[in-house]
Amino acid sequence: MGILEVKGVGKRFGGLQALGNVNLSIAENSVHAIIGPNGAGKSTLLNCLVGKLIPDTGSVMFNGQSVLGRKPHEINQMGISRVFQTPEIFGDLTVLENVLIPCFAKRDGAFELNALTSISGQSDMRDKAEQILTDVNMQDKTGMHAASLSRGDKRRLEMAMCLVQEPKLLLLDEPTAGMARADTNNTIDLLKEIKSKRDITMAIIEHDMHVVFSLAERITVLAQGTPLVEDIPEKIKGHPKVQEAYLGQAHG
Amino acid sequence: MFGLDKKDTTLLLVVTLLALLAPFILNPFPEASALAQFNAGYPDLMQRFVIYGIFAVGFNLLFGLTGYLSFGHAAFLGVGSYSAVWIFKLLGMNVLPAIAFSIVISGLFALLIGYISLRRSGIYFSILTLAFAQMSFNMAYSVLTPITNGETGLQLTLSDPRILGQQATADGSIPVTNLLPGLEMRQSVQLELGGWLFTFNTGYYLAAFFLLLAFYIAIRIFRSPFGLMLRAVKSNQQRLNYTGIHTRPYTLAAFVISGMYAGLAGGLLASMDPLAGAERMQWTASGEVVIMTILGGAGTLIGPILGAGFIKYFENIFSKINENILHDWFSFLPQGLQDFVVTIVAPFFGEGWSLSMGLMFMAIVIFLPGGLVEGGQRIGQLFRRKPAAGDAASSQTTPAE
Repeated sequence: MGILEVKGVGKRFGGLQALGNVNLSIAENSVHAIIGPNGAGKSTLLNCLVGKLIPDTGSVMFNGQSVLGRKPHEINQMGISRVFQTPEIFGDLTVLENVLIPCFAKRDGAFELNALTSISGQSDMRDKAEQILTDVNMQDKTGMHAASLSRGDKRRLEMAMCLVQEPKLLLLDEPTAGMARADTNNTIDLLKEIKSKRDITMAIIEHDMHVVFSLAERITVLAQGTPLVEDIPEKIKGHPKVQEAYLGQAHG
Repeated sequence: MFGLDKKDTTLLLVVTLLALLAPFILNPFPEASALAQFNAGYPDLMQRFVIYGIFAVGFNLLFGLTGYLSFGHAAFLGVGSYSAVWIFKLLGMNVLPAIAFSIVISGLFALLIGYISLRRSGIYFSILTLAFAQMSFNMAYSVLTPITNGETGLQLTLSDPRILGQQATADGSIPVTNLLPGLEMRQSVQLELGGWLFTFNTGYYLAAFFLLLAFYIAIRIFRSPFGLMLRAVKSNQQRLNYTGIHTRPYTLAAFVISGMYAGLAGGLLASMDPLAGAERMQWTASGEVVIMTILGGAGTLIGPILGAGFIKYFENIFSKINENILHDWFSFLPQGLQDFVVTIVAPFFGEGWSLSMGLMFMAIVIFLPGGLVEGGQRIGQLFRRKPAAGDAASSQTTPAE
């Protein structure tokens, strides 16, 4: 029984069947990649996992509890954090404040009217935030405005914001999209480091095969809304069905 | 001090000093001088400075922190005034229960309007709040006449019960609002020093006390985790949702707190002059607080107070300058030229003060998007020594968005 169990999930947008009958099981503490050509339904599947979309059929269980019908903040509080395709951070706030927000969300829950307590008085939260920023090598940028960071640093910051909540499952939506090769490699190293330091399950949706094969322990290939194959990376590499999905059928 | 850091304590002390010494600061010109018309140190205007300061500080807690632009905040000001006058009619002329009641009723009213309006954001939220405020305004004029006394406005009469106070004074007139028995809101002490006349008014100092309290609470909110969440709402609501925060209760709490500030301001207005009219809720009044906040600097602590003072000063002082005074000013010019200059300048003064105000507002929004506070910071940087200027610039300037 995996930490995330997706059973028979289907989603239709008007006349388009975006997801057919998706079954997926992600084992605890594994790195699981979901790949597939454009329009395969990767993002739709991800949005069904985080509460942005509600599937028409099927069930999604996380840690034995259903996530269907829950709002994004409730799903986050269950232990699922999400990294977006383009880093979603609080641009107007400083790097340290960016990380303090998930710290407070983890400690105080979805809402707390702590209007008369001072942030500067909460040294335990600050220590925690500064520690995670050191972990992602951003300790000298704590006072900067997040909007003025480089793209790679924004990605690091977003990771730090997710990790400081100690999620059980980290969902990564094309974490290296639009990055130069050097930045991509840095991100791969960062993710490897994170994985080696703590118990965490990662689900990566990715286009870039280099990233997928550097990180994933298991790979699911999605095509036209249904899983084509699921296996370890070595087996996926030469799989004829996968090549067919990516390159098109050789014979009509 | 009081749970504030050094910088905030200094700011609070400065505001406290300004508030306490306002009767001196606002009366810089001797009574007999030609410049005495620029004096703003009379009780009526000073009261308005601080009361609208409270209103704007509260509005800024919503707009400055969360970015939700409410275009109906005057409704809460009006509700506060009506509530206070009703207490004067039913209970007695002491202002404290009236002010407390204003805050509670405005808070409840804000809870209702906020609960519905906050289902939308951006322009739709603004339109919803505007619609509610205009609805309240029109209802106060028509169907709610039993509560609001329609067009005449809610006033005190000799037949009001006033169960805890006196119905009428010994000489048969309506009693006046007071803080303690014998300490009336309108009481003033005058001090004559050389050519200067300074007035210290009970009502002003009560309002100033509430301004300081309101300002102190606003600083605490700005520096709290709650305030951080509100700023995060403005910055990126999607990320906040995916960080496990339910944004709706945060924005609703900010809306209600902001409504309570407006209610306090409304209650204070009624305490100074116990009548309440529907025009206090009109959309122009809602627009005024938006302008005050933006003019002073939205999202800054001191900005809304500066903005409120600035607008109320110009509204009252500029509007009093008529053509005769202008002729006096330009009397050094030859007659023909003098007439010409006065004709050119006159539309900007007197009844045309809103033209000058509008031009000034445009200039500030275009050249100083951060409002008067940004202007102050830029001037401060000019006077700072070179090496320090570099550090200050990197830490203090806020991004243009």
